[in-house]
Amino acid sequence: MPDKRTTPDEIVAELSDGMTIGIGGWGSRRKPMALVRALLRSPVKDLTVVSYGGPDVGLLASAGKIRRLVFGFVTLDSIPFDPWFSRVREQGAIEVTEYDEGVFGTALSAAAQRLPFLPTRAGLGSAVMDLNPHLRSVRSPYDDGEELLAVPALKLDAALIHLNRADARGNAQYLGPDPYFDELFALASARTFVSVEKIVDTAELTAGGPVQSLLLNRSSVDGVAETPKGAHFTTAAPDYGRDERFQRHYAESAKDLDKWPAFADRFLSGDEQRYQDEVAKFTEEAA
Amino acid sequence: MSVTRAEVAAVACAELFRGDGEILVSPMGLLPSIGARLARLTFEPDLLLTNGEAYLVDTDGTIEGWQPFRKVLDTVVPHGKRHVVMGANQVSRHGDQNISAIGDHDRPVKQLLGVRGGPGNTVNHRTSYWVPRHGKRVFVSEVDIVSGVGYRQAKGFPFHDVHRVVTNLAVLDFGGPDHTMRLVSTHPGVSVDEVCANTSFELHTEGVTETREPTGEELRLLREVVDPKGHREREVPS
Repeated sequence: MPDKRTTPDEIVAELSDGMTIGIGGWGSRRKPMALVRALLRSPVKDLTVVSYGGPDVGLLASAGKIRRLVFGFVTLDSIPFDPWFSRVREQGAIEVTEYDEGVFGTALSAAAQRLPFLPTRAGLGSAVMDLNPHLRSVRSPYDDGEELLAVPALKLDAALIHLNRADARGNAQYLGPDPYFDELFALASARTFVSVEKIVDTAELTAGGPVQSLLLNRSSVDGVAETPKGAHFTTAAPDYGRDERFQRHYAESAKDLDKWPAFADRFLSGDEQRYQDEVAKFTEEAA
Repeated sequence: MSVTRAEVAAVACAELFRGDGEILVSPMGLLPSIGARLARLTFEPDLLLTNGEAYLVDTDGTIEGWQPFRKVLDTVVPHGKRHVVMGANQVSRHGDQNISAIGDHDRPVKQLLGVRGGPGNTVNHRTSYWVPRHGKRVFVSEVDIVSGVGYRQAKGFPFHDVHRVVTNLAVLDFGGPDHTMRLVSTHPGVSVDEVCANTSFELHTEGVTETREPTGEELRLLREVVDPKGHREREVPS
């Protein structure tokens, strides 16, 4: 029985320049932030990042890791805009493939189903068509004859996902209300790495939640890392909610290039333990 | 206490859902959310409400269904039993909407959210817009990036249904010639001229009425049940 336990740094060591990386979660919710922070510490660059974007996109953009972003939105949810994403876009510093949220999911579904494309209505008539000249339409072969968008499969080299629990073999579980698109990211990807709040014995998985909460089985997981508070400062319900105070600190620091180096030095220059220690101190100071 | 502009706007938002019946309403933003709950508590008791996360909820917060984001995009949006009210950084005379970015897409002057679900919503089910500050920068002849699909591009689209735009000044729809924007009603105290002066393009203005004021029961619900803390007054100052 393979033991797939690993660490964020070992996961990132499996990634290389120019890869297409899918990042699970949604906005500022259940983002694999410990893995993102490990990426920030690594030399990996020129990534195509595929994300329902939150601060994962902002932080990777701040470090110049993104060559192309495939997205439908980038938001911090309780704060509408991520300042780093705004900055790199307004500087024309990254390439983008901007899809409708549904088109994005359809592209992942096509890859997950090993289909070249899947049809959808979403995108037709909108800027999604004008801004992405590689997109083609397809006519229904049935009596309706409707013209639809043929969304090409969006294949990933690696998917990074954060869930609540997993066993050492990579069976992984979400305990919050929303699975987001995480299993689609996993199935659309050649390799999938999962960080979790806690690695537990297999029997504890169904003791802790209904069997339907077992989102990923081990056949689609290549490595699992225990990273307590690994989604911080995004949500990992029910283990914790968003750290709104810290998110505001991130956004205020990101907005002002004079303030950013202090944030980066304090929170991003060391390892994950240093990050968590500094966050604990930040929380104490603010209390 | 006299009726405030925010309360008139809340009722205008509620009126968006009149006749919708047992469908899912997805109001983005404060005033549309207040309007949806008001409609649900009064003239559209069968509406389905979300809590903005994975739950369908009654007005008292009781969970009555599970609807994660994936389900919304895979089935709820294409199925079409839904009325979304989105924000709009720009809206055009023909009903195009932009929440993606201002300026050139390669290097925008101002990056906004991205197109989000606008393209899919507008070709699959009824969509309305809420604009808290009616002005020429929002009501433009042409939007910079088409997020929500308007009437020109939607010819032949079977489910396109851009319904109305509610603002802090007025209610508008696309009942003008060739589905161009028409002023339906101005809020009490707002003139047709004021709305036109705050719009970059010509509005169809025949038969404009006054937006109705809340009933006594609606006022009570707004002030005591739906928004007792008066958040509405911050979004639409009197």
